[in-house]
Amino acid sequence: MITRRVFMKNGGLALVSLGFAPAFLARTVAGAGNPRRRVLVTIFQRGAVDGLNMIIPFGERDYYAARPSIAIAQPGSDPGAAVDLDGFFGLHPRLAPLKPLYDARQLAIVHACGSPDGTRSHFDAQDYMETATPGVKSTQDGWLNRYLHAREHEAATPFRAVALSPQLPRSLQGLEPALAIGQIGQFGIRAGEMMQASFEAEYAAAAQGVLHQTGREAFDAVKMLKNADPRRYQPENGAEYPRSPYGEALKQIAQLIKADVGLEVAVAESGNWDHHVNEGAANGLIANRLDDFANGIAAFVRDLGDRMSDVVVLTMSEFGRAVAENGNRGTDHGHGNAMMMIGGNVRGGKVYGKWPGLAREQRYEGRDLAVTTDFRTVFSEVVHGHLGLNDTRPVFPGFRGPTSIGAIG
Amino acid sequence: MRTSGRFLSVLLTGVAALSVCDPALLAEKKSSVPAHPDDRTIVHVLNRIGFGPAPGDLMRVRQLGLQAYVDQQLQPSRLPDTAMAAKLSSFETLTKSTRELSNDYFLPAFMARRQQQQQQQSQDGTMNPGASAREMRAPQRLDALRGERQVLVELSEQKILRAAFSERQLEEVMVDFWFNHFNVFAGKGQTRLYLTAYERDVIRPHALGRFRDLLQATAESPAMLFYLDNWQSSSPLENAMTDSSAPARNPFRAYPRRMPGARPGIGTGRPATLADPPPAAQNRRPRGINENYARELMELHTLGVDGGYTQKDVQEVARAFTGWTIATPRLGGNFRFEPRMHDDREKVVLGHTIKAGGGKKDGEQVLDILANHPSTARFIAAKLARRFVSDEPPKSLVDTAARRFRETDGDIREVVRAIITSPEFFAPAAYRAKVKTPFEFVVSAVRASGVDLTNALPAVQALRELGMPPYMCQPPTGYPDRADAWVNTGALLNRMNFAVALTSGRFPAAANAPSGDPEQARTAIVNGALAGDLSESTAATIARATETPQALALVLGSPEFQRR
Repeated sequence: MITRRVFMKNGGLALVSLGFAPAFLARTVAGAGNPRRRVLVTIFQRGAVDGLNMIIPFGERDYYAARPSIAIAQPGSDPGAAVDLDGFFGLHPRLAPLKPLYDARQLAIVHACGSPDGTRSHFDAQDYMETATPGVKSTQDGWLNRYLHAREHEAATPFRAVALSPQLPRSLQGLEPALAIGQIGQFGIRAGEMMQASFEAEYAAAAQGVLHQTGREAFDAVKMLKNADPRRYQPENGAEYPRSPYGEALKQIAQLIKADVGLEVAVAESGNWDHHVNEGAANGLIANRLDDFANGIAAFVRDLGDRMSDVVVLTMSEFGRAVAENGNRGTDHGHGNAMMMIGGNVRGGKVYGKWPGLAREQRYEGRDLAVTTDFRTVFSEVVHGHLGLNDTRPVFPGFRGPTSIGAIG
Repeated sequence: MRTSGRFLSVLLTGVAALSVCDPALLAEKKSSVPAHPDDRTIVHVLNRIGFGPAPGDLMRVRQLGLQAYVDQQLQPSRLPDTAMAAKLSSFETLTKSTRELSNDYFLPAFMARRQQQQQQQSQDGTMNPGASAREMRAPQRLDALRGERQVLVELSEQKILRAAFSERQLEEVMVDFWFNHFNVFAGKGQTRLYLTAYERDVIRPHALGRFRDLLQATAESPAMLFYLDNWQSSSPLENAMTDSSAPARNPFRAYPRRMPGARPGIGTGRPATLADPPPAAQNRRPRGINENYARELMELHTLGVDGGYTQKDVQEVARAFTGWTIATPRLGGNFRFEPRMHDDREKVVLGHTIKAGGGKKDGEQVLDILANHPSTARFIAAKLARRFVSDEPPKSLVDTAARRFRETDGDIREVVRAIITSPEFFAPAAYRAKVKTPFEFVVSAVRASGVDLTNALPAVQALRELGMPPYMCQPPTGYPDRADAWVNTGALLNRMNFAVALTSGRFPAAANAPSGDPEQARTAIVNGALAGDLSESTAATIARATETPQALALVLGSPEFQRR
């Protein structure tokens, strides 16, 4: 049986207006016994984003040789050219909204990053990444849940771990409670005040145990969110989120962070990256997806303003795509990819990772970008460097590789 | 829908006559089923060997006798279920073969998707696909895509309808149990082509049969072969395969380079555009052993994780199953043993030597070894005891059930009988000891409410919100059967919302929940579904409801109803 924590023992929540609630904030801080909690936001680019067209190695001749119709031009050569980062790597032009973050050293990129397992199955690779146990299919819990378990504490709220999706992603599944919410505005009993009060009374009087405790947490959570009034949320600093499910998810995460409801881990999904056919280059399928992706992150960072010092956004995708384009002007499943870290104490303004090169003999199995940084190294760094967990081994069972690349701290 | 009293007595005579001549029954005569059970005991049995009481069940079982009811449920094939058959008769996919499903639904959808892509390309001006003679028009394409989704939708609906309305309640419990035990995931590539046949032809016929038969049926099922990758596991030896154009090497080569995307009709929690490509699109996987099935076969299907096998055993078992493959996965082809993929050398599995040259028999010998292993008896016994009795079942019960498994050579019916007629099953500690899974909750609520659903889609959608969409459990472990996995704040609120929706007449149904006098309706459901056993507070809260639907929702959403 898992440990259940009493959520906000001293009650009185209904009177607190969230987001404008110094009293509540003070109490949370006092209860936790430490300053404002760190938050991790993960974004999963499902379907395997083409990392070589996201973070472009424009200094590689082989990049252009392998991609006659979908390569992104070298910086400065035309309007659809890569945005130069360091003279060798560049951002896809539609990632331009992220360039100011890179320049402000808030954005770090890790290239040639990925899994030691060679699978090119989306499902297996996503599974491996979300459980952080590559090659082991029977792992029951996700890496984020294991982190939560390693950091159990008394002040945890029902909003400690939230996925902005209808179902709980694998990464958040496990012993620790986590919420999957499609729309935070619809969280609660959809049958009026009277019914809600009646259900609440039933669970309040239920025998002590898991149902009693969870019922109480649930109704406390409903009240917290109700007071946050999600429908009237106004992003700050002129932030404009993309009007996509992904943009909506990031907006709601920002809202939860600002409402001080105890959020520590949030998961957002960014889908539709599986571009086998007609991927496009500076324009086209991938460009439109990157547009959404980058504008979402840029709006999130702008909206949170100073609070980004407590928050790290971590992006990932199950594997990369083949170096060479295929016969349909798309790319097939590959291996190594690029990840990004934004915010907190990230040492940004740099592309991390040993670059393996793109010549045929330098590729994984002769065709894909090789992996020089295990994705668990990046995960470990975030869990330790940002979230402050000293011993990351229970979160990454069996992992013996480096736990840092020096990108945080 | 309900069996008439006369029918039952005829049946009962049949069961009694049978029990005299069945040696398995003679061996296990002790039964702790009480001769004069109270309402709580009857409701307990209905909650455990079925999906909870429906209106009138309590009375019917009392008249029939509890022992007779248990015996009847253990012999489902002798129990008429005509109303259930009628309810499912409008579904068009449930009786089709995998090949028919492939031809009628999956291939048209594949063609539609490909044409859509080509059209998109030509609109972008980047490609000129040329007109095809088999070009579909847009409405046809939409139909094809809808048809493909229909297969999984119908399968999911039938799962709920059967559990809610079948007379053969224990059989439905066991089909659910074994599907989950031998879990496959609809979202992984071609697995979804095979799901309908997997449940119908592999799981259901053996649900109360012999474990060894069930094990072999799953081992040879294309659903499992695809899901756990064994279909592509092949000997790395040169001599195992010589002809590079052999179909076994690349069963996809006759087909288009892109496979239909895995777009399961029901939520995967993943974007709908995701597809696992065939090996062709992945530039053909390197030949070699895939240990996935071998490992899960021992860890999850038979011995259990602490069942006493080593990594070396995994490797040996994997070699034994090389060549157990699928003829043409794209077309919904069948199981085939492919000698050219098989590693025919000697293997040693759990101390048993399997001689070289056995061919397909290698795998069958492994299944024999595993099915006869004491760890398997114990692992299956414990899992069944967890389903029927409590999250942490008493050791004495697991011992009894494991012994019964060995005595009867893995006769599932007898193992289940031993559990559900045991003193532990009827002990006070077992009463309401289980928290219902979302599936058990949704189905038991439908049964208790008396809502005669004609369309189970809203219930399927509710299961998605509750985190337990049918056929959509990704890991091979299946869905957990423990309270702590299912009790969380969001899901609990969604249970209450489901109770409200179900009782307010929002679902398509031939008959809805009672709408008359709230007092009468309340009494009926509280007594019928919960044996009148409510906390004072819940009773008082429900009594305050002035409208019948609200009173019913407060019963179904109550903490008491979340347990079984």
